[in-house]
Amino acid sequence: MPRDAVLHRVRTALGRGAGAPIPDPPPARIRIPEVDLESRIASFRTRIEALAGETCLAPSPEQARAAVAAAVEGKTAVASNAPFLAECGIPGLAGVRSGITDPAELRRQCAAADVGITSADYALADTGTLVMLSSLQEARLVSLLPPAHIAVVPRGRILTGLDELFSLLPRPAEQTSSMVLITGPSRTADIEQILVRGVHGPGRVTVVIV
Amino acid sequence: MSAEFQQHIHDTLADGRLQSAVYTSTGRLKEGRSAVVAHDVLPDYQELRTQANAIKKHAIENLDHYLEEFERNVEAHGGRVVWCKDGSEVADFVLELAKERGARLIVKSKSMLTEEIDLNERLERHGLESVETDLGEYIIQLAHERPYHIVAPALHKTREQVADLFTARLHVPHETVIEKQTATARAVLREKFLAADIGISGANFLVADSGAIVLVENEGNARLATSAPKIHIAIAGIEKIVPRAQDLATFLKLLARSATGQLLSVYTSFLSGPRRPDEIDGPEEFYVVLVDNGRTRLLQEREKRQSLYCIRCGACLNACPVYRKIGGHSFPWVYSGPIGAILTPQFLGVQREPALPFASSLCGACAEVCPVKIDIPKALLDLRCEVKKAEMREKQNRLEKLAFRVFAWVMSHPRIYEMAGRMAGSAFPEENAGWLRRVPGLMNFGPMRAWADQRDLPPPPARSFREMWRRR
Ligand code: SF4
Repeated sequence: MPRDAVLHRVRTALGRGAGAPIPDPPPARIRIPEVDLESRIASFRTRIEALAGETCLAPSPEQARAAVAAAVEGKTAVASNAPFLAECGIPGLAGVRSGITDPAELRRQCAAADVGITSADYALADTGTLVMLSSLQEARLVSLLPPAHIAVVPRGRILTGLDELFSLLPRPAEQTSSMVLITGPSRTADIEQILVRGVHGPGRVTVVIV
Repeated sequence: MSAEFQQHIHDTLADGRLQSAVYTSTGRLKEGRSAVVAHDVLPDYQELRTQANAIKKHAIENLDHYLEEFERNVEAHGGRVVWCKDGSEVADFVLELAKERGARLIVKSKSMLTEEIDLNERLERHGLESVETDLGEYIIQLAHERPYHIVAPALHKTREQVADLFTARLHVPHETVIEKQTATARAVLREKFLAADIGISGANFLVADSGAIVLVENEGNARLATSAPKIHIAIAGIEKIVPRAQDLATFLKLLARSATGQLLSVYTSFLSGPRRPDEIDGPEEFYVVLVDNGRTRLLQEREKRQSLYCIRCGACLNACPVYRKIGGHSFPWVYSGPIGAILTPQFLGVQREPALPFASSLCGACAEVCPVKIDIPKALLDLRCEVKKAEMREKQNRLEKLAFRVFAWVMSHPRIYEMAGRMAGSAFPEENAGWLRRVPGLMNFGPMRAWADQRDLPPPPARSFREMWRRR
């Protein structure tokens, strides 16, 4: 069996016996700085705007709804089933499809829509990153197929950075088959190192911080 | 130096357009990196490197343990692990699965390992369509070339060349605006994503405690390839293991910074297993193919093990004054630059291109930028030593061959043979009885001496058999 052959070669090369105990790995390096919420929000916005993403602050769910309404006016949009979007009343907006749970239907809708609207499980202040865990509430394709992505995020979910994320979620696989970190709009520099946005994923990313 | 190597270098140096393309692009990547690892923006950069090196070392030295842990966890999440010794086993697995599922179209995201094993060609020979979807990879696939650079595969192509290529291969109008070229690729590839039966990806990391693969990219093609088709196959070298998800806090901070000067790449996907019952979308089947393809050979030698720490960030290429002059295609294999100069001889043997470890000024720029602290100059010196040893063996072999040719000629000419016998007889007067420990003459020089030192000779008889026969 190739499995045993490969493992055997690894063990022979290392001089280890099958199932031999291993020394402790070096401790994981997790450093979480103390940063207050206002600074985290400010940093998150600076970072994402530096990547040509857009942000806006919405003091209330109603204002978030209004911001999204303005952004999708005259367009077609698909909204995820995130409870926070429902709290903001976004699924009821004109032109916004939501409540989709059938994968084939979701794919059709997302492939045709101008905008995908999601929430985010977390955001990372020091890199301008959205963290999305795939679930019944958040599908993978809503933030991926449409040319524009709007994320509506409660401000309390903005963490300092990667270290805090992995200390909250030391094993993301226990919760989801797919965790994706999104840092700005899709981009490439593959031709002459010239930056172009929106290659395969959304070329526009807007975050509404509530 | 092989004529081929020399020719490629010569051609690259003579091509002014290529020189400036490579120099400018690597320069941008290099400056991008410097800006984001500077002390005022990332004060703990050196500590992160030390940590990354320590984790890689630990993971590689206990690789069997972590591979088994990884396998258990992939299976716990409903995925399957497939083990392959080389490229043909990988192709067999994919072909078999494609046949069983009636699959025809494969979308691929970037993977250096599949370049190593020529996976696309192997699959296409059996009637499958395997499409690269990273823009740079797509361009070089259309051009039938190999990647010019680990992270920027089409770094050597100008917009005019891309325009010619798209017109010739995709039958679209000639278009030299890069935004429009990108839009063309997006449209063509979007259809492929939605029609594909299988998505193949590489893996930047394999996370043992989670049974997860991590993909780092900017375009979204890896997300699409692993989300849209019903089947996802991740193909990765066994050395990509890290013990814990928490180790990513270290590696993710280093990878994008070193590669492109970003704080994080646009998309980092952490994938474990197929879609779960409480999820809306995602693949129905999830396979991780773990490939050896020569890695266990490197593992055998302690000094070579550290080459397996490489996270393929490409920083050493951009820092290398030699790569920036001779370019990626001068290198004989898929890996170029300093890391290519050590991986190629280590994987394929020093004979593949004996001049390769010497094509370096040993300036140390590569080791300075390497996020996992591989001592590339030291590895180059070790390889130079190996090349020299091989050359000496080769020279010795040549002398030996010459000696045997002379011997054969003497043996097939009876009169000469007789004369030689007489000469030997007179060289050793009869009173010289017993075995000869030292042989006089030619046998005392160079490699002959090493040979004669180990052997004693009976003294030549006063009269040869032939002589006795004649006098009978
Ligand atoms: S050797 Fe180091 S610098 Fe070069 S590609 Fe690998 S990790 Fe990056």
